[in-house]
Amino acid sequence: MIISIASGKGGTGKTTIATNLAISLESDIQILDCDVEEPNVHLFIKPKIDKTETAYTPIPEIDEEKCTFCKKCAEICRFKAIAVISKTVLTFPELCHSCGGCMAVCPEDAITETNRELGVVEEGRSGKIKFVHGLLRIGEAMSPPLIKKVKNYIKPDIINIIDAPPGTSCPVIAAMNNTDFVLMVTEPTPFGLHDLILGVEAVKLLNIPCGLVINRSDIGNKDVYDYAEKEELPILLEIPFDRKIAEAYSRGKMIVDEMPEWKEKFIGLYNNIENLVKKGKN
Amino acid sequence: MKELVILSGKGGTGKTSLTAEFAALSKNRVLCDADVDAADLHLLMSPDIRQETDFLGGGIASINHDKCSECGLCIELCRFEAIKDNFEVDEIACEGCGVCVDLCPENAIDFPIQTCGKWYISDTKFGSMVHARLGIAEENSGKLVALIRQEARKLAEKQGADLIITDGPPGVGCPVIASIGGATALVIVSEPTVSGIHDMNRAIKLAAHFKTPVMVCVNKSDLNIKQAQAIEKLVKKQNITFLGNIPFDPVFTKAMVQGKTIFEYDKKSNTHQVVKNIWTNIINSPEMN
Repeated sequence: MIISIASGKGGTGKTTIATNLAISLESDIQILDCDVEEPNVHLFIKPKIDKTETAYTPIPEIDEEKCTFCKKCAEICRFKAIAVISKTVLTFPELCHSCGGCMAVCPEDAITETNRELGVVEEGRSGKIKFVHGLLRIGEAMSPPLIKKVKNYIKPDIINIIDAPPGTSCPVIAAMNNTDFVLMVTEPTPFGLHDLILGVEAVKLLNIPCGLVINRSDIGNKDVYDYAEKEELPILLEIPFDRKIAEAYSRGKMIVDEMPEWKEKFIGLYNNIENLVKKGKN
Repeated sequence: MKELVILSGKGGTGKTSLTAEFAALSKNRVLCDADVDAADLHLLMSPDIRQETDFLGGGIASINHDKCSECGLCIELCRFEAIKDNFEVDEIACEGCGVCVDLCPENAIDFPIQTCGKWYISDTKFGSMVHARLGIAEENSGKLVALIRQEARKLAEKQGADLIITDGPPGVGCPVIASIGGATALVIVSEPTVSGIHDMNRAIKLAAHFKTPVMVCVNKSDLNIKQAQAIEKLVKKQNITFLGNIPFDPVFTKAMVQGKTIFEYDKKSNTHQVVKNIWTNIINSPEMN
């Protein structure tokens, strides 16, 4: 089972839901923090890290001895990552998308590949919860390749919870793609609704079943509820605004530790998701 | 011409709500919403769209089955697993590198340029605004951010405006990097939570990486006064201007529901006064002068 937790708008409570869900379940479980630009899961579940691996993406290296400056590499590159100026080849590694086109097209075999660092992938454990996250190198622009590396750690035979980044563009798609269920966390405000609609459109494009968690459910207005009804999106959990929850969060504490009565609700949330996924497969 | 960019690292700290307040408090400015994949500033600005333009991104591979000999070279070359065994292109996976297009021996792959979104110039109650809507699941968010910032600059020059206020995206990746190049200064809106601090620190490092001056304010400060004080200390230790604390105040949500800033909704509120002081600190800061 692979559940991705997404939102459209940032700060609606993705990480809160992902971590409390993981800690509430008795099953064999793994949490993968794919918000590699700003990963926060580790601040709440405080894992012991066993393994840190630097993640790279290939970029071209030109052997100017072999190069005849034919410009074929610069012509194929759609990302303007190679330029040939008279008898010099300039590469712009930060623009390279690692497509390998330059290497494939070079008639002189003058291009080999070296690496650009994307960031690190850390693996560890917090009690029974397996933990993996990516941490994008500061200055690195491209998060999808690192998100894909984090997702390589998915173990299909256990429960995998993916904490996705905010937004609706390529990093979110990279995180949600090929998961069994998307749990969208929203809040009933105009910003929450506006970004939820965009998020749901992205989920539809990927054709993944989806349900909602409405956080701070008693603020704002009822428009999110009307939208959920219209789109037939099941509301799987509502969490009212509670200063106690907000203060616990601020200190890196979990809802279920501060208020154990919530544990049952998170177990119920998982059961609901499992049923919806089964129903979708039949 | 100066440009102030509002960032946070972490999402949901109040970037857009504060940008809207700054818009209301300033004069002779142009607004720019650079959070192109979840743009919300327009919800508080009542924009009247004057100009709408398509944003063209890159191409996407499209196989012409009449010409395709199914030799499989494209599948072999594609590093994004975007060509399926039946020679259909997975448009979500396609990176737009065009390698298959250029190297197909049958010239059977087209590369139609995609409309990836739209960008707008609008009149709002607080001056002109350049904003955009990136298509769902699209790439090129950085390119679109760069484009609308450039358009905001052109518009500001045309109008003789002396300030651009840019609402930035969350994170530290591609669209954020595209938001900060050439900015006069950044304001990072933090919050007194473990994640707010963690993400602020990464945003500060990014600003330092690109040598852009940065200032910090804390929103929802009374949710954890100790953490808010810790942020202030941490920031000052790095010689970064600390702009002030904004208390947690449901007035922001109440105003938002009506599509308003708190400047319009409740000018007498203490929170409005606090935000006004922060704005004064920003415009008088050495970073902006």
